[in-house]
Amino acid sequence: MSTAVDPGRLAPPTDKAAAKPPARLGDVIFSKAALGSGLLVIIFLAGVGIFLLLQGLPALDAEGESAYGEPSIWKFVGMLIYGTVYASFLAMIIVTPLAIGLALVISHYAPRKVAKPVGYLVDLLAAVPSVVFGLWGLEVLAPRLLPAYQWLNEHFSWIPLFSGGVNQRSLLTASIVLAFMALPIVTAILREIFAQTPRAHEEAALALGATRWEMIRLAVFPYARSGMVAAVLLGLGRALGETMAVAMVLSATGTGYLTLSVISAENPNTIAAFIANNYANASGAKINTMIFAGLALFLLTFIVNFAGRWIATRGPKKG
Amino acid sequence: MTQSTKTRTRTVAVPEGNGHHLSVSAGKLPRNAALLTAAFSTAVGIVLGLILGSGLTLMAFLGWVVFVVAYPVWALSIEGRRKATDRTVQALAWSIFVLAMAPLVSLVYTVVLKGGPVVTPDFLSRDMTGFASLGQGGGIYHAIMGTIMVTAIAAIIAVPIGVFTAVYLVEYGAGRRLAQSITFLVDVMTGIPSIVAGLFAVALFIVITGDPLPRLGIGGGVALALLMIPTVIRSVEEMLKLVPNDLREASYALGVPKWRTIVKVVLPTSVAGIVTGITLAIARVAGETAPLLLIVGTYPEANWSPFDGAVQTLPVFIYTSLAATSDVKYGDIWTDRVWGAALVLIIIVMALNLIARVIGNVFAPKSGR
Repeated sequence: MSTAVDPGRLAPPTDKAAAKPPARLGDVIFSKAALGSGLLVIIFLAGVGIFLLLQGLPALDAEGESAYGEPSIWKFVGMLIYGTVYASFLAMIIVTPLAIGLALVISHYAPRKVAKPVGYLVDLLAAVPSVVFGLWGLEVLAPRLLPAYQWLNEHFSWIPLFSGGVNQRSLLTASIVLAFMALPIVTAILREIFAQTPRAHEEAALALGATRWEMIRLAVFPYARSGMVAAVLLGLGRALGETMAVAMVLSATGTGYLTLSVISAENPNTIAAFIANNYANASGAKINTMIFAGLALFLLTFIVNFAGRWIATRGPKKG
Repeated sequence: MTQSTKTRTRTVAVPEGNGHHLSVSAGKLPRNAALLTAAFSTAVGIVLGLILGSGLTLMAFLGWVVFVVAYPVWALSIEGRRKATDRTVQALAWSIFVLAMAPLVSLVYTVVLKGGPVVTPDFLSRDMTGFASLGQGGGIYHAIMGTIMVTAIAAIIAVPIGVFTAVYLVEYGAGRRLAQSITFLVDVMTGIPSIVAGLFAVALFIVITGDPLPRLGIGGGVALALLMIPTVIRSVEEMLKLVPNDLREASYALGVPKWRTIVKVVLPTSVAGIVTGITLAIARVAGETAPLLLIVGTYPEANWSPFDGAVQTLPVFIYTSLAATSDVKYGDIWTDRVWGAALVLIIIVMALNLIARVIGNVFAPKSGR
């Protein structure tokens, strides 16, 4: 045997470890480093909360000038939350059927050879930076949508959604861009969930003579129901916080208008877009106001994401 | 209309899965029914479009409508209602796929078309010093370098924390309350909107530097790291969980300490997946705009100091330059700069994604997935 090895016992491989045989130093250091970075994550997140509170709370008594012309900070944040929720809600209405269809194509309709590249393409959509998406939405999509908006405004202006004037950089345009940006994440989650359907359920349905759609309705959807709700909520969480696309596409000034119309020039504004568009000119108390708005957005997304994860962990129903 | 009694495999336009299809001896559409309907609808779409004298978009739309109606109706007349429903859903599902891919194709096409001619060696090697109010010249060298620097800072902060935390969660903390709460907090972190990460960096550096409007490269790094850490933890965790327990036990049985088992056995086994995950996380934050807009700001030349003043980054360059495109005199050159920068940014991000996939596919251990 090698003479370098201490014949008495199996030598731990490093000097450090040899120095303290019972609790090996390498082990101690390594486990403490692992634990330490875990704690660091907690500290990091606590820091986010603390610093946002520290800089945001002074805005509580903001009014008038420092609340961007609103009588109180609550009115200010309330207006922006309305716009944020409205835009994301519209985006979710668009994205839900799209994502379900797309996920079904990948998990059930496409042959295996095609499914993989299709999945890659969807992931590639997720890789497009939001600022480029916003650029595309502004320069390519918005002008194409204008004729449709004019048509809607002409024939359906009695519906509050399509009343008012027409603008290509409207809330609906922003929501469509948001929908395409949330599509990859919702599709990715749905795809996983659909793929988890027990094979036996699917085959049983097919064996009883169900068509593929009947099989999906009988076996896949009941099994995936809670997961589908969770996926949409997680997508909503993403859409709520999305900044650049809305900031670039939506033409809104200040805190925006409390309106239902989705195609007019008088749009509600979203928290994230408001911050992005107004930060450059902000100073003093206005920075606190912005940070307070950011805090509200953080809370909003937290609640939505939490609800999504809670529903997801309740697991698939037996069916 | 021939009736095929053979087991249908797949048609070109609307592929069917193999395997679990029932062989029906009753009336069936021909195998290439979808293709035939597609050809018919295209023709109708073109004719209708020509009659109405409208553009390509409307032709495609009309063709699509004809397809979605004609295909199920044909099925209804031969195969019955249930099959017709099935084919409707199938047609709709594939339509959705095309619809979802349309923005990607349109986006890449537009960016390449408009940005391609702009991206010259000059454009890549010059900064904007002195060019901001000129109708020509200028480039994005400083922005590219700034993006690389800020992203690198973020990676330096996020990768060690992320990897070690994942190691803790999988190797040390499994089942413990602390690990459970960390997992929960990582979930919370995943949901942090990017603009909030930027505001956090602003709030943090207001306190640290005392400057009411801090603009620092390091701040951008911190903000991006905050967005990157959860992604890194998640992907590394997934990969570590894939390492078979047999390997760990074999190593322990040989008397190898736990930390050396992790460093020499667990991590090397999963290194491909880990590198893929980290690269994807970097690709994701490299295109982030909102936090950098707040904390990093803009600057006309390369600033290599992360602790001193604003740094120009590509996404912020695109966003802030957009405002100048409506300039009466120099709008055109700014439009060029915007699209050129967008093309470079997309190339960087897509290249990182591609690298990640290649690493994942080539070096993946055979036991994986």
